[in-house]
Amino acid sequence: MSDPILAAAPGPLTAARRPRRRGTGRTLLWHATVVVIVLVVVYPVIWMLGTSFKPATEIVTSNRPWPLHWTTQNFPDGWHANPSVTFGRFFTNSLIISVCAVVGTLASCSLAAYAFSRLQFRGRSVLFGAMVVTILLPYHVLIVPQYAIFKQFGWINTDLPIIAPKFLATEAFFIFLMVQFMRGVPREIDEAARMDGCGPYRTFFHVLLPLTRPALITSAIFSFIWTWNDFFTQLVYLNDTANFTVPIGLSLFVDQTTMTSYGPMMAMSILALLPVFLFFLAFQRLLVDGATSSGLKG
Amino acid sequence: MSTTAALGRSASATPTPAQKEQRTTPRRGFADRTAGYVFLLPWFAGLAVFTLGPLVYSLYLSFTDYNLLQSPRWVGFANFHQMFTADPRFFHAVRVTLTYVVVVTPVKLGLALGVAMLLNRRRRGIGLYRSLFYLPSLLGSSVAVALVWRSLFSQGGAVSNGLGSLGLPNADFINDPTWALPAIILLACWQFGAPMVIFMAGLKQIPSELYDAADIDGARRWARFRHITLPLLSPVIFFNVLLETINSFQAFTPAFVISGGTGGPADSTLFYTLYLYQKGFTDFQFGYASAMAWVLLATVAVLTALMFRLSRVWVFYGDGGNR
Repeated sequence: MSDPILAAAPGPLTAARRPRRRGTGRTLLWHATVVVIVLVVVYPVIWMLGTSFKPATEIVTSNRPWPLHWTTQNFPDGWHANPSVTFGRFFTNSLIISVCAVVGTLASCSLAAYAFSRLQFRGRSVLFGAMVVTILLPYHVLIVPQYAIFKQFGWINTDLPIIAPKFLATEAFFIFLMVQFMRGVPREIDEAARMDGCGPYRTFFHVLLPLTRPALITSAIFSFIWTWNDFFTQLVYLNDTANFTVPIGLSLFVDQTTMTSYGPMMAMSILALLPVFLFFLAFQRLLVDGATSSGLKG
Repeated sequence: MSTTAALGRSASATPTPAQKEQRTTPRRGFADRTAGYVFLLPWFAGLAVFTLGPLVYSLYLSFTDYNLLQSPRWVGFANFHQMFTADPRFFHAVRVTLTYVVVVTPVKLGLALGVAMLLNRRRRGIGLYRSLFYLPSLLGSSVAVALVWRSLFSQGGAVSNGLGSLGLPNADFINDPTWALPAIILLACWQFGAPMVIFMAGLKQIPSELYDAADIDGARRWARFRHITLPLLSPVIFFNVLLETINSFQAFTPAFVISGGTGGPADSTLFYTLYLYQKGFTDFQFGYASAMAWVLLATVAVLTALMFRLSRVWVFYGDGGNR
């Protein structure tokens, strides 16, 4: 993935181009324009951060995004907003679901991706087409019958309806992403492995899978973030407060629409987005490129 | 957890017979031909149990009256009939959703393309800008972001207060039937980063010689955009339009959170999927919800087919076109 634009970011290249004087004014104007757009786009996030450290009285009265008097009281208040269950429980539940989703997605989707990108078998292109179509299939068509099926299984109000499908490669998007990546791995490599006596299984586990690591990491992070942020499925399947995940826990704030709960609500929203922010900080290049190469919707 | 165990077993147990076969027969044609299916086993199972099965079952349920407690009762086309003749809320939900799709898709993609073109040059800090614009898309339609929006646009929120201090009309946007939907539309447009990143990749594929040649011919900015950028970017534009349209039809979380699950005020944010959810999971009319789901599926399918058909007219897969 050669990226001239990104390569320009660190400095030497741009420094070398600096002598082209006449562009300086225009460059400044460009930076000013972009920074203004950045500020507008980032404002809601800054506001959320500021509000989470504001005392209740300041939130309604002041327009400045950051607090005049800092307080951390919103965090314990938000954490215990629900009388019966704390956010600690919601976070544990979300973490369990998200980690299982990552494991399941990686295990099942990489198998399918290998078959689609490397193996010859009857009906491959038809099956591949079917797989791509399932990406575009609106989930709402499946939710009612899936609910009925899971009710038969006795799985309602457990994590299983959310986790189990991930182990069976239902997140076809990640198959597609991995297929795209595996197609870029030179075929000579697995032909060499074949010469050395590797069958398709050993070639997959020992040769191709390690080479696919960047795509696997991208998939893992996106799978985690999407499951972590997902609301619809969790809303449908989890009914007991003790089973609630972070998104449902957050949505409980909507019931108590008093102004005073803004602070605690934003404090918990910040915590809810914390894993996403951390992944973003650590892997921003990978995440943005992953979105580019596969058309991830983010 | 049982699935994990089953999967682990199938993955670790299968190599043995194949390896055995390798050792006995030098030609591996057969092993290769079955290996594809073996690797696809989890996907086959998922397709059957969680996609195809439910799809067929859902079609059946759409012709029934079903409350999950009693077994489904066949009613023929009654659900569809009621939907199209006797359910004003259905039409209202369709109107809300179409408004959303028709406004969000072009505005969001316009923003995405505009900023992508702005960022399509060698400048210091471009990577940082690109990432910052992408961040809202990554936060996505999370409940946390919807709550932020709800707070920003409510009475006493930053937007209302800000407009008020500028002497402009300030309202409780979220509780005003005129403004609740525009607030949600704004939220969707804010997340223009994902299509922007795809546009940027497409722009990079356009050979700069074309622009140089146009410069020599004396082409102005608009002419270059009209005759070089647009045609060469058309496959990427098509891809983004398709993806955004399909996604917009399925918007749910912001509407649910901002309206507290009601679709209010005065049903102004009653998105199609939200109404479907209400019919199924609060009114327990699962037959009706299934019928609604199939109308959605048919709409999205017809629209996708139409867009592919139309794309032949305006999408240009020439030398520079890469998709």
